[in-house]
Amino acid sequence: MPLMFEKPLGMVDTLPALYDRASEIRHNIEQETGRWGYRAIQTPSLEYYETVGEASAIHDQQLFKLLDREGQTLVLRPDMTAPIARVVSSSMKNEPLPLRLSYCNALYRSQQKEGGVRAEFEQFGVELVGDASMNADGEVIALLTSTLRAAGLSAFRLAVGHVKYMNALFKENVSQETANVLRRYLYEKNYVSYRQYVDQLQLSAEAKNRLKHLQRLRGGPEVLPEAKKITDNREAHEALAEIEDLWEILEDLGVSESLQVDLNLVLHIDYYTGVVFEGYGDSLGFPLASGGRYDELLGKFGRPASATGFGIRLDWLLEALNHFEGETLVRHSTLILFSKERQREAVQEANKRRQNGEAIIMQNRAGVPDVAAFAEKYKEVISFAGETDDE
Amino acid sequence: MSEDWITFAMPKGRIFEEAAHLLRQAGYPLQEDFSAGRKLIVEAPEANMKFFLAKPMDVPTYVEHGVADIGVAGKDVLMEERRDVYEVLDLAISACHLAVAGLPHRRKGRIAPKIATKYPNIATQYFKEQGEQVEVIRLSGSIELAPLIGLAERIVDIVSTGKTLKENGLAELETIDHVTSRLIVNPVSYRMKDRQIDEIVQRLSVIVEEGRSRHEDHTG
Repeated sequence: MPLMFEKPLGMVDTLPALYDRASEIRHNIEQETGRWGYRAIQTPSLEYYETVGEASAIHDQQLFKLLDREGQTLVLRPDMTAPIARVVSSSMKNEPLPLRLSYCNALYRSQQKEGGVRAEFEQFGVELVGDASMNADGEVIALLTSTLRAAGLSAFRLAVGHVKYMNALFKENVSQETANVLRRYLYEKNYVSYRQYVDQLQLSAEAKNRLKHLQRLRGGPEVLPEAKKITDNREAHEALAEIEDLWEILEDLGVSESLQVDLNLVLHIDYYTGVVFEGYGDSLGFPLASGGRYDELLGKFGRPASATGFGIRLDWLLEALNHFEGETLVRHSTLILFSKERQREAVQEANKRRQNGEAIIMQNRAGVPDVAAFAEKYKEVISFAGETDDE
Repeated sequence: MSEDWITFAMPKGRIFEEAAHLLRQAGYPLQEDFSAGRKLIVEAPEANMKFFLAKPMDVPTYVEHGVADIGVAGKDVLMEERRDVYEVLDLAISACHLAVAGLPHRRKGRIAPKIATKYPNIATQYFKEQGEQVEVIRLSGSIELAPLIGLAERIVDIVSTGKTLKENGLAELETIDHVTSRLIVNPVSYRMKDRQIDEIVQRLSVIVEEGRSRHEDHTG
């Protein structure tokens, strides 16, 4: 039996100082995405495993599952993209596309590793559904940078890749099975095994060089002509043309300086279908945000449409930000201490101040065991104590 | 941010010496005696590098959490720990292999033979792939003892020369994988300090390549 004060593995409490800081950031972010025309929605914490659970990009073993009274398997939502796809295809099916939606919700992913790893965390994100143009990818990336800036993060970078370029390069040189192995190595960030695997393939030296050259395609837009040289495949060239287009859009939007092209970027084995990106902040070891184009998901819910979006881990963003500012924000409120005889006077004063937007704590002296110790915590203390009191 | 320090997490002992030697060959000025003594953190200001010494098994953890930008870790440790880090370069030092070993004439007839190891994840994965049902027992050292005293039939461990196995009357039964030390990089450092880190990787890979071709000249 767990101890009385214990929480399930991976769950945390949020105390007032952190809560205030988090809501301030959330507010800033939502204002910013609101200015870009994104409307927030909320969906239930529980979804059906067979629909949203299966469509989600999160691995099965990371899902929290339970049974409802009819014996249907439910999941605690592991991401918001699949629920939003469900909503767009059902409750919002008559809304014309493109749709611009945002969300800020707790997500649940069970962890196999250490106890402290978060199994419930808040994510903020946007989805732009129904616009297949590069401007949609550009808008989502630009919005991510301005959102991070609005949250107060100054030093960050985004890496941008394209799933189709890599897939085309693999298809041109190796079998589907080999391509799957190579993609998995890149997904696992295991570049050593990627090269070793290429080395032992039965391929021409040129083909091996092309596959190994992929690893060097990382940096500014100057890698794009280089990427073009190692393949004649039409789809690969189309993907590169898309990135060029995207780059131009992002330059026009004024956000290209924190970007880096990385054609090795694999964020998920088979979920994304086009441009993908990941965001990193200084002072934090984990990527803060990620996203990309997923044109096949909406079809699973019966309303085929292209879509792109991003998600930001709010807990990690908060950590990255606190490191910058050095301290957490403390809200100061004013304390009105009163005794029973002067209660009415105290209430009048409190109402007056509250109407002016001040935070007022009203405290009957009789309810506090140690008035001095209690009052010490407040910047301003106003006393309405009876005549007999020695105030 | 070109003037940032690069922090390395390094395993104590021989691997540290070998890796420091590679860095020196790659042109980074590290003093000869700088791992002498018992200091856990040493600095090489001329090279803008900071090193801290850790237990080999913990190196990927430090790198994953970003307290070190770069680490040097054995492939065995990476396979066991499965941390989210970039594995960018095979340093080709401290070569050995992961193997299954046991008494040459082992007792049969168990429902699930017992396997003693420091690497429970690797052992579980390996026997699963072989379709063999086993019970994995985690030990933290002196693995060779387990079959001798009857705790387990076989062990999974790293073998370099095979001398320890032989001295204890054990034989290597199967090879699981080859192991060398790898250079690993934190995913955020990989992006935020890309210029410095790319240069370190580039310079080291030249040295490693030279070493490899020299080795091939000798043997072939």
